[in-house]
Amino acid sequence: MRPKLQLLSPELISRILGEAFQLLMNPGVRVGSAVVELLQAAGVDVRVEGDDRVARLPEALVRKCLASVPRDFYLYNRQGGRAVHYGGDDVHFDPGSCCVQMLDPDTMEARSSETRDLVRLVQVTEMLPQFAAQSTAVVCTDAPSAIGDLYRLLVVLEHSDKPVVTGSFSAAGLEGMIDLLAADCGGREKLREQPRAVFDVCPSPPLNWSEFGSHNLLDLARAGVPAELVSMPLAGGTAPVTLAGSVTQHAAESLAGITLHQLAGAGSPIVWGGAPAIFDMRSGGAPMGAVETVMLNMACCEVGKHLGLPTHGYLVATDSKFVDAQAGAESARSAMLGALTGINMISGAGMIESLACHSVEKLVMDAESIASAQRLVRGIEVRGETLATGMFAQTGLSGNFLKLKETRALFRQEQYLPSSVIDRSARGSEPPIDAFTRARTRVDELVSNWQKPSLSEDVLRKFRAIVDRVADRAGVAAELPGK
Amino acid sequence: MPDQLFGAMRQSIIDGAPDTATELAQQALANGVDPLDAVNQGFAAGITFAGEQFGCGEMFLPDLLASAEAMKAAISVLEPAMLKQGSHRETLGKVVMGTAKGDIHDIGKNLVATILSASGFQIFDLGTSVAPEQFIAKVKEVDADIVGISALLTTTMAGQKAVIEALDRNGLRPRVKAIIGGAAVTSKWAAEIGADGYSRNAIDALELAKNLMSKVTSKGTALA
Repeated sequence: MRPKLQLLSPELISRILGEAFQLLMNPGVRVGSAVVELLQAAGVDVRVEGDDRVARLPEALVRKCLASVPRDFYLYNRQGGRAVHYGGDDVHFDPGSCCVQMLDPDTMEARSSETRDLVRLVQVTEMLPQFAAQSTAVVCTDAPSAIGDLYRLLVVLEHSDKPVVTGSFSAAGLEGMIDLLAADCGGREKLREQPRAVFDVCPSPPLNWSEFGSHNLLDLARAGVPAELVSMPLAGGTAPVTLAGSVTQHAAESLAGITLHQLAGAGSPIVWGGAPAIFDMRSGGAPMGAVETVMLNMACCEVGKHLGLPTHGYLVATDSKFVDAQAGAESARSAMLGALTGINMISGAGMIESLACHSVEKLVMDAESIASAQRLVRGIEVRGETLATGMFAQTGLSGNFLKLKETRALFRQEQYLPSSVIDRSARGSEPPIDAFTRARTRVDELVSNWQKPSLSEDVLRKFRAIVDRVADRAGVAAELPGK
Repeated sequence: MPDQLFGAMRQSIIDGAPDTATELAQQALANGVDPLDAVNQGFAAGITFAGEQFGCGEMFLPDLLASAEAMKAAISVLEPAMLKQGSHRETLGKVVMGTAKGDIHDIGKNLVATILSASGFQIFDLGTSVAPEQFIAKVKEVDADIVGISALLTTTMAGQKAVIEALDRNGLRPRVKAIIGGAAVTSKWAAEIGADGYSRNAIDALELAKNLMSKVTSKGTALA
């Protein structure tokens, strides 16, 4: 039996969806100009006042759009293998994304993130089986910001074979990014059949699909490249203070996103995702380590699962500024709870300071928490004809289990065997080493064992041409930092 | 009697009770209490206390916001009377505020605006996604002392730099001070783009603005 946690009763989910549908009619949803025609063609009432466009989405239309969303889909690695299954209760993890700072392990200070940081994060992620996908983890402040989104994906593709959770900063960026992925896999049609990446698309709370967000949904739906909704209500700040109220707002924003997306491209894959959090009443920030933030993620995904959709959440991050006890506690418990909820993609590992900063040392520590969570959801399995009597038949009362062939055959399945980041050894003559230092060593080991993926000259040439084209249009020189 | 009244006024702000604050302000006027005294000895003491309590973690943002709303209610009753008698509440300074171009997230900016306003600054709020030229036009129009530029997103933080550069180009600095805020903003970024200050929250922003005003030497403390 696979262990599973459920926070919401079926009755409460019905109420949440009931009120979410009400919100979509009153007060309605702000939308970008890009989708007005599309909505009006579907018979939606869109009230336009100056730059303000409010659409009222009737439940029947939303339900029709929900019906055309694929129940599940796969992300593929470079070799064409199925690497991520978005659907059911399958759980995958990827590093957090999009911050602009990196924790320097020498000074323990946050500094601007650069290409070398992204490369290191990608190398470590590539080497760790706990991460099914890469993310475009940090913004490279040493590259031209006008092509920042494209450049991040380029760096990831050059250093990884794994699928990628990514996102664009502009419409032009998105087009270039899709071109990069298509060039890598052999064309847009192939990309549609075997997507390598999923793109995060964010509404602005409350109930606002901005110009950029609306446009993104349309372009992704038309390209048939998977989209991942990242609704982020802040309970008490930009959303109702009650957790149930914020889950309701999340549902309304996500339903609106699905409607825009499916109207533009029925059947195009889309994920019910998010980064909901509480609003911290002291700092005004979004505490990612708070238990209520974890509860919001769990509950939002339960609503998505009730609708039969693939799901995503933002967990395994911390509000601490160091990779310390707070970081470990907050990240490990949210990894466990997210896995127990059966969230298909859990983003956030490696991040500290409430998503403002990345740490590659934390990433390898989080990998241990993730492995524990993955072990937990495998549950307690029955192996063999008997549970214990068969083995006792061999040992009697000698207690000599270590030499049984069952022990040797099964211990790797029964136990997760942690890496050197986790210290379980007895105290020896050498002074013990703390977890952060062990993590630093582990990072170095992983990076030195990493091998660069082989990309054909033809693909690299195409990459270069796409970067040049996008840079040229943005009016910047495509002089890229050395990697 | 006034002492008791001033105490109740202070408490109405701490409680975040705009109706009570309004009644007390009306009562003060009816009893011939100087409206300036009502503000300075009564209501303003409440907002100062609320700020201190927030600083030490005893009061929270919703409490602080309610206190600021109560303050606003009291001032709106007392202001016409002050104007009539030719007195005025000392204005700490004029602040033009807005979020950076492309950024529609205004929760932080609104908090800062509310707290500064309740504490005696005159706020000119340009709203969200404000272009540098709009900031400049407003600064010139109202002869502002401080410009506050908020940005939540890492992608819109460059907009803060653009405003500061525009202030420089227009020869408005160092007289006009530029302050920045937002979730991803750090003191390092503030230094990098040449901002005059940065704060992590609304109460720190109030301290920052007060400190900067003490440095505004060319005009001295502006009076409304």
